[in-house]
Amino acid sequence: MFKLLRFFKWYTWVLCALVVGIIVFQVNLEMELIAKMGDIISLISLIRNTATATVTSSMFWDIGIKMILIALGICASVVLVNLLASTISSNFAQTLRTNVFKKVNSFSMEEMNKFSVASLITRTTNDVKQVEQTVFVMLRMAITAPVMGAYAISKIVNSSVTLTWTTAGAVLALLALVMLLFFVAVPKFSQIQKKTDRINNVTRENLTGIRVVRAYDAEKEQEQKFENVNKDLTKTQLFVNRTMALMWPGMDLIMNALSVAIYFIGAFLIDGGSLVYSDLVVFVSYSMHVVMSFMFIAMLFVVIPRGVVSGRRINEVLETVSKVKDGKGTQDNTVVGEIEFRNVSFRYPDAEMNTLENISFKVNKGQTIAFIGSTGSGKSTLVNLITRFYDASFGEILIDGENIKNYKISDLNNKIGYVPQQGYLFSGTVKSNLLYGNENATDEQIEKALEISQSDFVKNLEGGVNAEIAQGGTNVSGGQRQRLSIARAIIKNPEFYIFDDSFSALDYKTDKTLRKELSQYTKDATKIIVAQRVGTIMDADQIVVLSEGKIVGIGTHKELLNTCDVYKEIALSQLDKEEL
Amino acid sequence: MARNNKNNFQKPKNGKKSLLLLIKSLKPYRWAVVVALLFAIIGTVIALILPNLLKDVGKEIFVSTRGLPINLQKVTSLCIWLLIMCTVSSVFSYFQGFIMSGVTAKITQRYRTLISEKINKLPLKYFDNSSYGDILSRVTNDVSTIGQTLNESISNVITCVTMFVGSLVMMFVNSWQLTLITLCALPISMGLVLILVKFSQKYFVKQQKSLGELNGIVEENYSAHNIVKTFNAEQKAQNDFEKVNKELKTSAFMSQFISGTMYPTMNFINNLAYTIVCVVGGIMAISDPLFAVTVVAFVEYMRIFNQQISQISQISSTLQSGAAATERVIEFLSEEEQPIETGDKVTLENVNGLVEFKNVSFGYTKDKQIIKNFSAKILPGQKVAIVGPTGAGKTTLVNLLMRFYEIDSGEITIDGVSTKDMSREYVRSLFGMVLQDTWIFDGTIRENVSFGTKGLTNEQIEHACSFAHIDHFIRSLPGGYDMVLDETANISQGQRQLLTIARAMVNNAPMLILDEATSSVDTRTEQQIQKAMDTLTKGRTSFVIAHRLSTIKNADQILVMKDGNIVEQGTHKELLAKGGVYADLYNSQF
Repeated sequence: MFKLLRFFKWYTWVLCALVVGIIVFQVNLEMELIAKMGDIISLISLIRNTATATVTSSMFWDIGIKMILIALGICASVVLVNLLASTISSNFAQTLRTNVFKKVNSFSMEEMNKFSVASLITRTTNDVKQVEQTVFVMLRMAITAPVMGAYAISKIVNSSVTLTWTTAGAVLALLALVMLLFFVAVPKFSQIQKKTDRINNVTRENLTGIRVVRAYDAEKEQEQKFENVNKDLTKTQLFVNRTMALMWPGMDLIMNALSVAIYFIGAFLIDGGSLVYSDLVVFVSYSMHVVMSFMFIAMLFVVIPRGVVSGRRINEVLETVSKVKDGKGTQDNTVVGEIEFRNVSFRYPDAEMNTLENISFKVNKGQTIAFIGSTGSGKSTLVNLITRFYDASFGEILIDGENIKNYKISDLNNKIGYVPQQGYLFSGTVKSNLLYGNENATDEQIEKALEISQSDFVKNLEGGVNAEIAQGGTNVSGGQRQRLSIARAIIKNPEFYIFDDSFSALDYKTDKTLRKELSQYTKDATKIIVAQRVGTIMDADQIVVLSEGKIVGIGTHKELLNTCDVYKEIALSQLDKEEL
Repeated sequence: MARNNKNNFQKPKNGKKSLLLLIKSLKPYRWAVVVALLFAIIGTVIALILPNLLKDVGKEIFVSTRGLPINLQKVTSLCIWLLIMCTVSSVFSYFQGFIMSGVTAKITQRYRTLISEKINKLPLKYFDNSSYGDILSRVTNDVSTIGQTLNESISNVITCVTMFVGSLVMMFVNSWQLTLITLCALPISMGLVLILVKFSQKYFVKQQKSLGELNGIVEENYSAHNIVKTFNAEQKAQNDFEKVNKELKTSAFMSQFISGTMYPTMNFINNLAYTIVCVVGGIMAISDPLFAVTVVAFVEYMRIFNQQISQISQISSTLQSGAAATERVIEFLSEEEQPIETGDKVTLENVNGLVEFKNVSFGYTKDKQIIKNFSAKILPGQKVAIVGPTGAGKTTLVNLLMRFYEIDSGEITIDGVSTKDMSREYVRSLFGMVLQDTWIFDGTIRENVSFGTKGLTNEQIEHACSFAHIDHFIRSLPGGYDMVLDETANISQGQRQLLTIARAMVNNAPMLILDEATSSVDTRTEQQIQKAMDTLTKGRTSFVIAHRLSTIKNADQILVMKDGNIVEQGTHKELLAKGGVYADLYNSQF
């Protein structure tokens, strides 16, 4: 967590210094308040000796007014510290979130997968919140507690050595109690978390498989499974709760015993003449402050580790540098619409084998190239290299005659219209999703894109193009999502289209009409299609057949049927002989 | 997703009623609770006497200021007595906590069990309109909130009230004049607390809202990372993000600052009262010097008294979130369940597999009927293909056959007996089912295959797996049949489907419902699945959600679905000749 402090600006440090200054001032005042209470008691003690001095009520009022002023001072300082601490922590959180979000946006797919989306989300939100709270608590408690402890100790050591030792004993007892709780209960906290996750898992399992569970009449089995986890969780929770229940009674006992001990020992000391009554009363107050400051420090040990863990998680993200580097930028190309792979191989990080092996091909402007092969043959990986979601491990990829690593990534992206397998839509409206492709698109362009992508269903939605889309596009069907993602790419009017299995959720009829319309409209654009259905790619200019990362055939549909066994096998499994 | 549900100011819709529900859940353990509360009261009362006893010690010592000797023997005996008292007080409050933890554990465990059982009792319809995340959050977050509330608040309320009343009494006992002065400060600090709580709550709510919005933006952009990148939308995303980020910062600052101001303000008022008490006490001591000792004790009681006021606002917010959680749990538990089936239920002796739909009508909602007056007769051993574009509602038929949903009118009969006359469980036991969204649970392969079928031998399981063409693959896995499958297990979609085929195979039900593999499975695996399915369907009446032409062509009957309706039915040839939806669909394939 402390590494994150690099995001503190110079004035943040000034504010922090100010906080320390104010806290020292405030603690000073608090101790003064206790001393004034002592003054009042000594004043009362004087009443007896009316011979030497007369005690009047105005003397009490004098002290009283001073006390009120001190109290006002304390109040103002705490409010000020609070103001500063809130400012520092909330600004710090904002800065962290901005930086994390920016960083994640710069990641390539490799880094995304390394962390997983879910974990990155938690790191951007919950972890930052945790750090924010820790910083706030640190600013208020971590400074106050030691300062107060030091002050209070300095006040008591001078009055009586014996009583100081008594207080030290109480502090030790307190630390022992906290340590006990810390070592016995805290490790169980993570266990509770894990067991809660198990509960979550079993329940989720039952929910997602509810049809299967009912079809196999296995409700009882599932409930039994749940019950086992449930009992386990309850047992751990009970243990932790019963251990933690020791905390307050234990602390009360220590504090109470301490005051009794001070009075008891104090009685003997006063009797021996080495202490006076008013000092004793003040001493009790001071020693309580000593114990309390240690209590706060102990509690910090519970609060800070959480913040440290979160801080580390955030820092991991911030220190990760995307492996995919931005290029220097290129001059305008003379060639357009051309993609070439030259002996490209690719291996995923930590993998033992290449996912793609020695891939070479070339496509020219306006052509369609299709990739087909079984799952795991490397089709999607291949197109991910074109968009630089990953960088090729060996060989080079040229677009318009230039190595793609030389392009600025944003320039490269401008050339490409990408349609992913899972047509992800953003929350907003149909229109706002389409404008994602080109902010300045006219209504006519939108209309046209919807028409080409066979998205007539939009007309039937409430509000038409202004119909609400839920996050992820979950309120439209899978096929509708795919069509809208295609429309989004069309609006961009790119040099290249990449369709990564983006027709799979369409029925055959829609698939066919869509492709026909598309090829008419995008005559000049180069199209790269990944597909599972032979029907989708039959009329491509080039079909590349992949098997275990290698090219086992390139050619047209007709050619491949005669030359490529793998292709023939795929085709036969999907089409009847007479249809080929 | 990772939304933070742990906010402390969730308000119940109906405060009093939910609070009552929360307290009612304690009913089965009322005696334990009564004992715990009794302990809490005893512990508190003793704790309250302590300052007064300490005052007696103080009085003994105070004589020293008049130059008199201290009665050390009396001091010693008083101190021993005090030590015993404070130990007893702590022991009592610990036992209170011990008992309440036990009660809480039982109640939370019970609630979780009830929710888990409830899930299996609800009609499937319920799950159409509610998200899994919501139900999961009830099992975990809400129940744990209830636990926290019961564990802390119930006894806290008692302790707090006892302390409040007790310290007030003790203050009066010590000095009624000083007490009156203190009470003047009470409405001021109460008022201030209320104002600040109200003020800060506004910002807490705002903060939670911004946090939710921020979460949404983050989730969306991270999930669609590759789209954001290829459309060069990083800057746009960052701008959207910054807007909410700033809002979040402001509300976080405000809520933090305002709630943080509460403490110093109250502290000031307490200090003010403290000062006045000290001064007035001092002045009173002019005529009665021993009053100084009373002032010391009084100040202690005043501290306790003031503590309770800030406690009250804290307890009320915990109780409120506890009540809200109880409300959500109870709401779920009182959802309408599937009707309980009574009366004698028919079981068939020898199932032939003659299935008949007689004028069946059905709609997921009352106002929209999607299957109207549908009739069909499927002879034993026949294969029915259900075809239609994605989203056409092909699973509706499965839902009706399995009685996941009840039909509105008409009847479905099996071997001439209406399925309504059989128990739901029995109807389901007549069908084996293989769905495309294959369901694999955390457990070994063996457990997964034998799911729902009791008393299987290892041979039977392995036999079924070799029929499903998955035996070889399983044996190549580390641990073989005992390998534990979970979300991260590296087995493909196709292999998952083969496992569920094996599951249906060992189940050996007389009829089948199958979902054919689609494009997400590679060719070779698809062929294996096909072969396995062919083996499985031999001699059994089967309903197949079909994607392959060969299956469709060979089907004895084809049901064509569109927009949830069955629009056509017949054989391949008949339907082609008809030239309707099916012909259109078929001809456009290539």
